[in-house]
Amino acid sequence: MNLKLKALKKSLWVYHLCTGGSCNNCDIEILDCLTPRYDIERFGMVLVGSPRHADVLLCTGIVNKKCLKRVKEVYNQTPKPCVVVAVGTCACSGGIFRDGYEMAGPLDKVIPVDVYIPGCPPKPEAIIAGIVKFLEKLK
Amino acid sequence: MGKKRVVVPIGPYHPLLEEPEYFTLYCEGEKVVDVEWQPGYNHRAIEKISESKHWDQVTFLIERICGICSTSHPIAYVNAVEDLLQIEIPERAKYIRCIIAELERIHSHLLWFGLAGHFLGYNTVFMWSWKYREPVLEICELISGNRNHYAMMKIGGVRRDIEDEDIPVIKKKLSEIKGKLEMLTNAVLDDPVLAARLKGVGILTKEDVKNYGAVGPTARASGVNIDVRKDEPYAAYDLIEWNVITCENGDVFDKAVVRLLECLESIKIIEQCLDAIKGKKGEIETEVRDIPPGEGIGHGEAPRGEVFHYIRSDGTNRPVRHKVRAPSYVNIPTFKASCIGETISDVAIILAGVDPCYCCTERVSVYDMEKKKKIYDFSDLIKLSQEKTKRVCEELGVKWKE
Amino acid sequence: MNAENRLREKFGEKIKIEKPNEKRIYVTCDKDDLEEIVKFIFRDMDARYIVATGLQNFDNFEILYHFGIDEEGKVLSVRVYLDKDKPEVKSLTHIIPGIAWIEREIWELLGINFVGHPNLKHLLLPEDWPEGNYPLRKY
Repeated sequence: MNLKLKALKKSLWVYHLCTGGSCNNCDIEILDCLTPRYDIERFGMVLVGSPRHADVLLCTGIVNKKCLKRVKEVYNQTPKPCVVVAVGTCACSGGIFRDGYEMAGPLDKVIPVDVYIPGCPPKPEAIIAGIVKFLEKLK
Repeated sequence: MGKKRVVVPIGPYHPLLEEPEYFTLYCEGEKVVDVEWQPGYNHRAIEKISESKHWDQVTFLIERICGICSTSHPIAYVNAVEDLLQIEIPERAKYIRCIIAELERIHSHLLWFGLAGHFLGYNTVFMWSWKYREPVLEICELISGNRNHYAMMKIGGVRRDIEDEDIPVIKKKLSEIKGKLEMLTNAVLDDPVLAARLKGVGILTKEDVKNYGAVGPTARASGVNIDVRKDEPYAAYDLIEWNVITCENGDVFDKAVVRLLECLESIKIIEQCLDAIKGKKGEIETEVRDIPPGEGIGHGEAPRGEVFHYIRSDGTNRPVRHKVRAPSYVNIPTFKASCIGETISDVAIILAGVDPCYCCTERVSVYDMEKKKKIYDFSDLIKLSQEKTKRVCEELGVKWKE
Repeated sequence: MNAENRLREKFGEKIKIEKPNEKRIYVTCDKDDLEEIVKFIFRDMDARYIVATGLQNFDNFEILYHFGIDEEGKVLSVRVYLDKDKPEVKSLTHIIPGIAWIEREIWELLGINFVGHPNLKHLLLPEDWPEGNYPLRKY
């Protein structure tokens, strides 16, 4: 395992990307992870304000045509290697909005996805468990 | 090590991306002179998808219009279909609908309060109010099985019943929240810094409320007494005692007060509803077989205001047309009226006062007319707002506690 | 005097009133009388503007303008029918400033032209959406 991946496991800097078609519930559950009840900071995970500092991209919502360019830009700006996590059913597969005329497809049609966390919305415990499981796999 | 700075990701910030922003504020010096906006980033073609689902499936679809107002849309939708059908739902179902709707109101207002606190620089308020949201979400999970997207509404009634043995648990959690809410409300009303920071800021006049059709706490804070629950009562709102909360000045302070006092009214409503169904048995739905041709209109009072649904049926098992209007659709344009003439450091909190849907606030930028370039994005606006709070604290001789 | 009687008294033959139940009033009128009627409802009757619904029927287009009569707990909807091949109607932004958004939305999703609208451009769909493609049209 190279040095970068090893470093990744120490303290994850997470950037939250809300793609176009999101009902915000997943976003709120991600924010809930910050709050004292779940407190992801005890795992060393920190939310950052710019994709250029991120190791992990937490993405929610289905990508709509208006946001397509932006999502790709954010992915390009994120230094590699980075982990892309699709949070919520809409990001994983499109969910109930799959057939809309405005849709550019679920997230993995736009950028490569490493972790899928389904749920509508996934509970904060599920989000943390998903990321931790991935970290275990990295070993 | 210095003090830990909490980064709350209100949305992606792209200082380098040249794209139409959702809100562009044009300013001269420190004052905002014009506002332009470009919505559509969240457009998911729900009205079209609705035409391809059958009547019962539509309830699940529209729950996901907005995660925070998750149950208000189904309530308005089932009201619309029940308006077409002209049926009465059982009394027990009415009380359960009320309970769910009011639980949602409390959690939405607490969420709002946390974000407003963050914009002002009080990150402890953010952590604190989101901590007290958790018991509300636990009650929702106890009743419906999910913290959000409860899937409780059904044409003709509700999907699940509330068991008698759960009622004391719910009441106990509610009384804990009530104590905290009362403490918070008094703290807000007495705080000199909040008064200096929020009073007279972002005023929305009664005339603008009418011109834009603003609804909800945005309108009630300006003294306009409109609330669907009193004007055209649905569910059990005409069977219990409660009050509409209004304030007079229309500034951000009044908007905060209206929301906090509404949370306390919500607790009152839920307790009365729980007492009404406890120890009794009853039907929770009226069976509905077909939807005949016709049209129906339903509305409900979401935490942000009136949510409005119109449906048309041709007798088949799908809607021919389903029009959805969320309260933010009429509330967000009022930002133009309440923001022009204000200073940039107040923009973040004025926008929050309107309580737009979360994702909308992410794409704000400020354009300086003299320098002819973009000078701030939303993260900068939050910083400016937080710095202003610090200055106000210094002026008043109050120690600023984060 | 209640809402429907006031309308009947003022406009007589120009409108047709249907009341499927006590709380819902549907007023059908000609599109040339629309401005006068909406002015009366919004200003003289002090009704609250809610939203407008556009839809396409097999042989025409239809717009419903919805107003709230909150003192009586009723919803009043004004209905106009528009020509199938060239659907257009006068914009009402000079009476109700808040109606600007929904007129843009109905234009871009159904292709109905609002004559005199100050800013008829895309609201929800991306700028490069193909012209002539109106997603909500069926026929």
